[in-house]
Amino acid sequence: MTKVTMTINGKPRSGEAEGRTLLASFLREELGLTGTHVGCDTSQCGACVVHVDGKAVKSCTMFALEADGAQVDTIEGQADADGTLNSLQQAFQDYHGLQCGFCTPGMVMSAAALLKDNPKPSEAEIRHYLEGNICRCTGYHNIVRAILAASGQDVPAVAAE
Amino acid sequence: MYNFEFVKPSTVEEAAAALQGEGAQALGGGQTLLPTMKQRLASPETLVSLTGVEGMVGISAGDGTVTVGGATTHAQVASEAASAYPALAALAGQIGDPAVRNRGTIGGSLANNDPAACYPSAALGSGASISTNKRNIAADDYFQGMFETALDEDEIVTSVSFPVPEAASYQKFLQPASRFALTGVFVAKFPGGVRVAVTGASNNGVFRWTEAEEALSKEFRADALMDLRINHLNMISDLHGSQEYRAHLVGVMTRRAVDAAG
Amino acid sequence: MPKDSGIGASPKRREDIRFLTGTGNYTDDININGQTYAWFIRSDVAHGTINSIDASAAEAMEGVLKVFTSADFAEAGGIPCGWEVTDRHGQPMQEPKHPILAEGKVRHVGDPIAVVVAETLEQARDAAEAVEIDIDELEAVIDMKAAVAEGATKVHDDLTSNLCYDWGFVEENREAVDEAIKSAAHVTTLELVNNRVVANPMEPRVAVGDYNRAGDEHTLYTTSQNPHVIRLLMGAFVLSIPEHKLRVVAPDVGGGFGAKIYHYAEEAFVTYAAKVLNRPVKWTSSRSEAFISDAHGRDHVTKIELAMDENHKFTAVRTDTYANMGAYLSTFAPSVPTWLHGTLMAGNYITPLIYVNVKAVFTNTVPVDAYRGAGRPEATFQLERVIDKAARELGMDPVELRRKNFIQPDQFPYDTPVAVTYDTGNYDATMDKALEVADYAGFEARRAESEARGKLRGIGVAHYIEACGIAPSNLVGQLGARAGLYESATVRVNATGSISVFTGSHSHGQGHETTFAQVVSEMIGVDASQIDIVHGDTSKVPMGMGTYGSRSIAVGGSAMVRATEKIINKAKKIAAHLMEASEADIELKDGAFSVAGTDKSVAWGDVTLAAYVPHNYPLEDIEPGLEESAFYDPANFTYPSGAYICELEVDPETGVIDMLNFTAADDFGNVINPMIVEGQVHGGLAQGIGQALMEACIYDENGQLLSGSFMDYTMPRADDMPMMNVDHSCQTPCTHNPLGVKGCGEAGAIGSPPAVVNAVIDALHRAGHKVEHIDMPVSPARVWKAMHG
Ligand SMILES: Cc1cc2nc3c(=O)[nH]c(=O)nc-3n(C[C@H](O)[C@H](O)[C@H](O)COP(=O)(O)OP(=O)(O)OC[C@H]3O[C@@H](n4cnc5c(N)ncnc54)[C@H](O)[C@@H]3O)c2cc1C
Ligand code: FES
Ligand code: FES
Repeated sequence: MTKVTMTINGKPRSGEAEGRTLLASFLREELGLTGTHVGCDTSQCGACVVHVDGKAVKSCTMFALEADGAQVDTIEGQADADGTLNSLQQAFQDYHGLQCGFCTPGMVMSAAALLKDNPKPSEAEIRHYLEGNICRCTGYHNIVRAILAASGQDVPAVAAE
Repeated sequence: MYNFEFVKPSTVEEAAAALQGEGAQALGGGQTLLPTMKQRLASPETLVSLTGVEGMVGISAGDGTVTVGGATTHAQVASEAASAYPALAALAGQIGDPAVRNRGTIGGSLANNDPAACYPSAALGSGASISTNKRNIAADDYFQGMFETALDEDEIVTSVSFPVPEAASYQKFLQPASRFALTGVFVAKFPGGVRVAVTGASNNGVFRWTEAEEALSKEFRADALMDLRINHLNMISDLHGSQEYRAHLVGVMTRRAVDAAG
Repeated sequence: MPKDSGIGASPKRREDIRFLTGTGNYTDDININGQTYAWFIRSDVAHGTINSIDASAAEAMEGVLKVFTSADFAEAGGIPCGWEVTDRHGQPMQEPKHPILAEGKVRHVGDPIAVVVAETLEQARDAAEAVEIDIDELEAVIDMKAAVAEGATKVHDDLTSNLCYDWGFVEENREAVDEAIKSAAHVTTLELVNNRVVANPMEPRVAVGDYNRAGDEHTLYTTSQNPHVIRLLMGAFVLSIPEHKLRVVAPDVGGGFGAKIYHYAEEAFVTYAAKVLNRPVKWTSSRSEAFISDAHGRDHVTKIELAMDENHKFTAVRTDTYANMGAYLSTFAPSVPTWLHGTLMAGNYITPLIYVNVKAVFTNTVPVDAYRGAGRPEATFQLERVIDKAARELGMDPVELRRKNFIQPDQFPYDTPVAVTYDTGNYDATMDKALEVADYAGFEARRAESEARGKLRGIGVAHYIEACGIAPSNLVGQLGARAGLYESATVRVNATGSISVFTGSHSHGQGHETTFAQVVSEMIGVDASQIDIVHGDTSKVPMGMGTYGSRSIAVGGSAMVRATEKIINKAKKIAAHLMEASEADIELKDGAFSVAGTDKSVAWGDVTLAAYVPHNYPLEDIEPGLEESAFYDPANFTYPSGAYICELEVDPETGVIDMLNFTAADDFGNVINPMIVEGQVHGGLAQGIGQALMEACIYDENGQLLSGSFMDYTMPRADDMPMMNVDHSCQTPCTHNPLGVKGCGEAGAIGSPPAVVNAVIDALHRAGHKVEHIDMPVSPARVWKAMHG
């Protein structure tokens, strides 16, 4: 076991990790940050996406030791301290961009990374960027709408509104 | 996953020394190695992380060559090589997804030489030179079949130098589930001739399609390939496509690459 | 002005807050002090005899508590099947034992053989490698038709063959149907495959067993769509634990789609092992494990014949289906190809004679059970594909052929020849709506534009009907169900007026916490924020049959309405007493009771307080307190229907399909929350489109699963999906439940596959390729092969 220290959501946190401890397991099991989810074992689903030093990564495909000393941002740190959702989270709620919520942490973290790089992405760019995030519930329709809305763009209407 | 010792050297020499140990293995971005270790298909005793090694990260351009450090991520290549070698940057930008690109490295990709990986086609298609801690290896000598390369066990890909062609393009046909290349073709037009490298299709891994190269070297137009058919017998056949389908796609993707390269 | 609360409004979902901030409570988030970890050793061969298992080395390893094998479960029952089908000859189906851990034989890749429990997961995995298992591999039975051929290797030695049942429906019609087909003016025949798929909810299954010695009490935390059913099946049939000693909790569940309905061996294992070891035991499935241990869906091979008279009216339908059961019978497996499939073969059409034959077959594959839609997608796919083919053969517009045979609005209630009675519907209305939204009339111009770009554009139409709100207990009992299919609800009003609703329905993405609160809020007039919806815990909710078959609002919601009505009736009595008025004159509006024709009124909170502080109270007439329960068992299924239109482009060079536009016009009856209903349709469509174009669960001839991870099993991604036009303005409310609702959870997955395949075939035909059918998934490689031989 090695002691690992990271700045998680702005606060220093440390814990014990083996060489093989994945960042996802470290967050979930060692630190109790269970918002980061694990949905696959082939690095494909993106439920585990967090930001390490500002970049979206799959925390299931990185060792905790590799993030020693890094700034790590997770879903738990996205809302304001008083619990107010940030604009992206709020758009996910407003546009019904989640159902079971399991893919949601990864979706929100990926979308946040997208908007940082590309503040006004097109529908096609959003869909392409989410290539590594699988959602089984929403058909992505409302996720795409939520991200368009969060970026301050027009959201295509659907029939029954 | 089996347990191992994790080391993070800061120079190539230290890394090379660490790799001498019994059961030591290099760790690039881990985007291939970690999933493999999770399945317990790899069991290194020591993992030697290369991402902190001095001089192995970054991109430089000059003298008609773009050189990419062995531990440079796909995301860096996609953004930083965009002006010096647009087709290479575009290829890097199509590997996996954004999170994979933020971790995966060119050295890892070339060392692994997955038959469906993208980079091998750029390296072979550009006639790149692969530099290691021991030597320089020409791409034509480097790729030796599926998951096989000229590298020794403990050899580290420190950088890759790509001669920049006059025109080039990579066309990737997605394997729909994994999003690797079901068939990918890299076409590069150099003053001395055209190189065409095909990935994803063959049981032997990445290869050069010499008939297409000859035809395109005479006339760099998609139409020049209209009558060419590649033999399907050594192609991969799996859930996602038969040998015939892959052979057909090689033709289509090559023509599209020529059109896109302009 | 759209409403902002109550029935018909789309308030934001309250559950979203916890999911968006990472504070949800999924089963894998639960860790109990002293917890141990289970690792299942699973068969890597499809069929074999277990000669020996030697766990001695493993048991000696660091951290290992115990290695379990079937010998440890000698006292336990098998995993039960919840439905018995009677075959054509009046015989019960063949039902093999489904042991918790393999007994003597392994029957599919993934069949659990032994389990290591250790202090950490990695220790359990390490030790698992030291368990020596000697297996003689036997020939695997994979192909269904070969499985039922003479002399085939048997999956179960103690059964007479691999045929689970040979079902005929309606058996009395068999000869009449044969006659009608012989004498028809035109018969269209189609052979097709409904491809095996894997549900793949994004949250893999997890089970945590806990045991309290002091009270001899078991708790199972599990990723289930129906915790009460698990309690019943596991307690009564497998482990012999009485219900009052067994608590089953399904907390936040990350999607189900059918795969989390069933009782699984892992649940029984952790519950039992926790007692044996006197330690909590946790099992978390990896995705790779899910592919070989979660029940799969679909997997039918069918020949359908559609007979018509000279006026193109349907005269008969005959189908012949092989349905894969896999190696064992999963909880609802036998019902899917029979009662959930045969009863829907009339579709939206008047077809006087129907005969459905289904041969259910055991193979050395993972058990197959209900997956979103369950049986109804299989029925719809056959019918809507064969009608399209018939229209082409007759030179008719496929929409016209459908319209010509639609059941007309004045024919409801309509008795089909396959045992069900449709209560309401208006199929021309949904068809008109879909054609309008999809701009069907403008297709030719769009096609010409595609052609100019070298692309083949096609449009496909399908109309579906489904039977959902799975219930009537007396009906399903006759059909072979071994449990009732009602739903229950308890409404507890607290002294200050806030309300806790305990429902037996379970939400794993459907948003019940929001929609159920909307209904109660509308009925009583208190703000939804004062209403809590409690579900998923057998210790809180008295009874429940869970969520599947699009039954939550129709059955669970109705139970809640009934319980709320009881609350209102009692509260009115209290209000009448408080206002010294006659009960008959009391009105409840906007959360206050008033006396008709007067300005007397008393607030909801005053009445509820009086119920618990009965100082001024009609104690001689009614008891104090304000809590009511109701069990609701509806009189019939509900019958949502709708028209789906798919428009796509085929790249003739590669066979790649670009999904351009998808339109769904559904009739769900009344809609409680349009936002949530649309979300359900989007998700269903994605699964249907996924099945049609990319999802394929493929076994090789040795029974190895070739598509055993997301590397090879194609999940629809964001860039595979178009924006979807979803309309639910055509509403013919259900006539037999209090909300007039029909259910919307499965429609998308039912109606979309035939629309997609019809569109592909249409595109190819318009370009001169006389391709009659391509089996799903219609992958680029298959399209290319169909076009180029
Ligand atoms: C979801 C997903 C999608 C992907 N899609 C694609 C795709 O579309 N196209 C594609 O080409 N790839 C794809 N990949 C693979 C990805 O590009 C990997 O990053 C790459 O193959 C390996 O690079 P790495 O740095 O992650 O190497 P690692 O996983 O760290 O290592 C891989 C192998 O290379 C060795 N190694 C690593 N670095 C070096 C070095 N510098 N010198 C010598 N040996 C070294 C390691 O010892 C190991 O054997 C995908 C991966 C994932 C998880
Ligand atoms: S859990 Fe990390 S990609 Fe699936
Ligand atoms: S909301 Fe359930 S997987 Fe995306």
